[in-house]
Amino acid sequence: MARAVSTRRTAVFTIAAWIVALIIFFPILYTIVTSFKSETEAIKGFNLIPSGTVESYAAVQAQSNYFKFFLNSVVISVGSTLLALALAIPAAWSMAFSPTRRTKDILMWMLSTKMMPAVAVLVPIYLIFRDTGLLDTRFGLTVMLTLINLPIVVWMLYTYFREIPGEILEAARMDGAGLLQEIVHVLTPMAVPGIASTLLLNIILAWNESFWTIRLTTTNAAPLTAFIASFSSPQGLFWAKLSAASTLAIAPILIMGWFSQKQLVRGLTFGAVK
Amino acid sequence: MNLRTLLLGTCSAALLAGFANAETLTIATVNNGDMIRMQGLTDDFTEKNPDIQLEWVTLEENVLRERVTTDIATKGGQYDIVTIGNYEVPIWAKQGWLVSLDGLGADYDVDDLLPAIRGGLSVDGKLYAAPFYGESAMIMYRKDLFEKAGLTMPDSPTWEFIGEAARKITDRSADINGICLRGKAGWGENMAFLTALNNSFGGRWFDEKWQPQFDQPEWKASLQFYVDMMKDAGPQGASSNGFNENLTLFQQGKCGMWIDATVAASFVSNPKDSTVADKVGYAIFPDTGNGNHGNWLWSWNLAVPSSSTKAEAAQKFIAWATSKGYTELVASKEGWANVPPGTRTSLYKSEDYQKAAPFAAPTLAAMDAADITKPSVKPVPYTGGQFVAIPEFQGLGTTVGQLFSAVLAGQSSVDDALAQAQTTAVREMTRAGYIK
Repeated sequence: MARAVSTRRTAVFTIAAWIVALIIFFPILYTIVTSFKSETEAIKGFNLIPSGTVESYAAVQAQSNYFKFFLNSVVISVGSTLLALALAIPAAWSMAFSPTRRTKDILMWMLSTKMMPAVAVLVPIYLIFRDTGLLDTRFGLTVMLTLINLPIVVWMLYTYFREIPGEILEAARMDGAGLLQEIVHVLTPMAVPGIASTLLLNIILAWNESFWTIRLTTTNAAPLTAFIASFSSPQGLFWAKLSAASTLAIAPILIMGWFSQKQLVRGLTFGAVK
Repeated sequence: MNLRTLLLGTCSAALLAGFANAETLTIATVNNGDMIRMQGLTDDFTEKNPDIQLEWVTLEENVLRERVTTDIATKGGQYDIVTIGNYEVPIWAKQGWLVSLDGLGADYDVDDLLPAIRGGLSVDGKLYAAPFYGESAMIMYRKDLFEKAGLTMPDSPTWEFIGEAARKITDRSADINGICLRGKAGWGENMAFLTALNNSFGGRWFDEKWQPQFDQPEWKASLQFYVDMMKDAGPQGASSNGFNENLTLFQQGKCGMWIDATVAASFVSNPKDSTVADKVGYAIFPDTGNGNHGNWLWSWNLAVPSSSTKAEAAQKFIAWATSKGYTELVASKEGWANVPPGTRTSLYKSEDYQKAAPFAAPTLAAMDAADITKPSVKPVPYTGGQFVAIPEFQGLGTTVGQLFSAVLAGQSSVDDALAQAQTTAVREMTRAGYIK
């Protein structure tokens, strides 16, 4: 009897999970479906069966060079993630294993910078970029995205590092390991799963960032977010083309997410059920 | 070293020098059919000007406005040519943000530009932007539905007639709405239409002392008329409809009338996208018998920001893109119906164009009727037809647009919305220093 109830409960939860997943995924699914419609079909109303035309993809490719934007996205998101990790690993180590009275305050302050609306600092940042010649450069955008995502990276790594027993590091120290050796040879290998999920999440965040990537670039460093934005039209039909551009832009990150979902889920739920 | 090697070396050096000297112009633009078409035809320009290369930045209209404003105000110098509306041109020119276009060349024929459009782009007699395409507003209506209802569209219809016709044509069972109008909030969305409507009702945004006029009877009459008519004869969810949504409804045969930008005529009469392409008639924007037809006038223009270091090359490109020669180039490659409308008198004299574009004459009539220097029959301290050409209008217009859109959605009353609009406008105009 108990087993029957348990099976029924499992079935109910499974169905509920599928429904929730479908609701969350539906906008992406409908974007993909719409990308295979003609513009006239796209505006006719809700319809999940497209005619299968690829004219929107052809129009998008004819109008813009997708691969140039794609390359910029890869360089900026991967570059900013690696840079953020290089800065965040020592910072998180220090906060996790040598906390001071102010550690919690610093962590909260770092997080609070994410609460400020980006537009509030648009003009100062723009002026700094102008004066340092960083406007429309991949390097400038890499630095910008590193700084934007650094608080989240530090927080995530801090959470992982706190799970690692400090005694192991102490043992390494007693065996004569220096600070750098301790971080590189002892801490980092033990935290690989956590670092991997932080890396993946940060790449996704950097890939999808649109406020700064659109505003600090023109032609040379413009990533896929700028590519999508160029297909919105004030006068004329554009839904199918916009959907095709969006599908092309999210495809790489969706594929990456699919293959790395285990690490991502592990990373996001780490320490949640302690 | 033989002669052949010497020649080869000289040619290579010349070629390399040519590449090294090539100037790259960065052009910021919006995504619409005419602009995209131009991007596809620029080989004609670069072949004639091998020392100039072009880079395009296409952005959504509001993002473009914000980006270009930031760049010009901070002298970022990211753009050499910007696509801006006739709302921005006089404001930016007065602030010294734009270069006056004195280098368009002797054969540009600036006198051929439509006077209303040219006037909107000039400050102190100097042209600060060249029009790429222009538009006014007019009525697009279904001739078959008018005939079925026993109606005839007058040469100069009044709003009273339009209201009656809209109600008569409406057939909810057949999914036909008598009239489709903008309802989506925004200074360039519902407020463009409502400002033109109010102009034609004899109203104005501000009196000569910049006092807001939402407490005057004209605003009450025009807004009440709009809300009542849309309630009786408009589509469901009209408060979310902008240009594109109404275009879709009209093309699908769900609107008896649509009053909007003249540029829509080429879309609704295109049989590829429109199910009613052969049934569309055109008429001038209605009035209330006072001769004021809304004064809607808009143009997308190319201008050179003062932060650009390549003003000479930029003007060369602008002269090409807005010339009569470009019009002929588009006609030869894509047909006369696809040439950018609303900028040059000569286009409307072309028999080929009139034959290919049945909407040519009503478009010209609408543009000729628009006078943005006198938007209302009452005196005003500002210029602009469906907008007020002051920097504060973007924010204020959108706030008021949200209040009026809420009325259409049934969330507030006409009186409440007007009272709030008046309070907001007085506060903003006082804060901005217009009201002393």
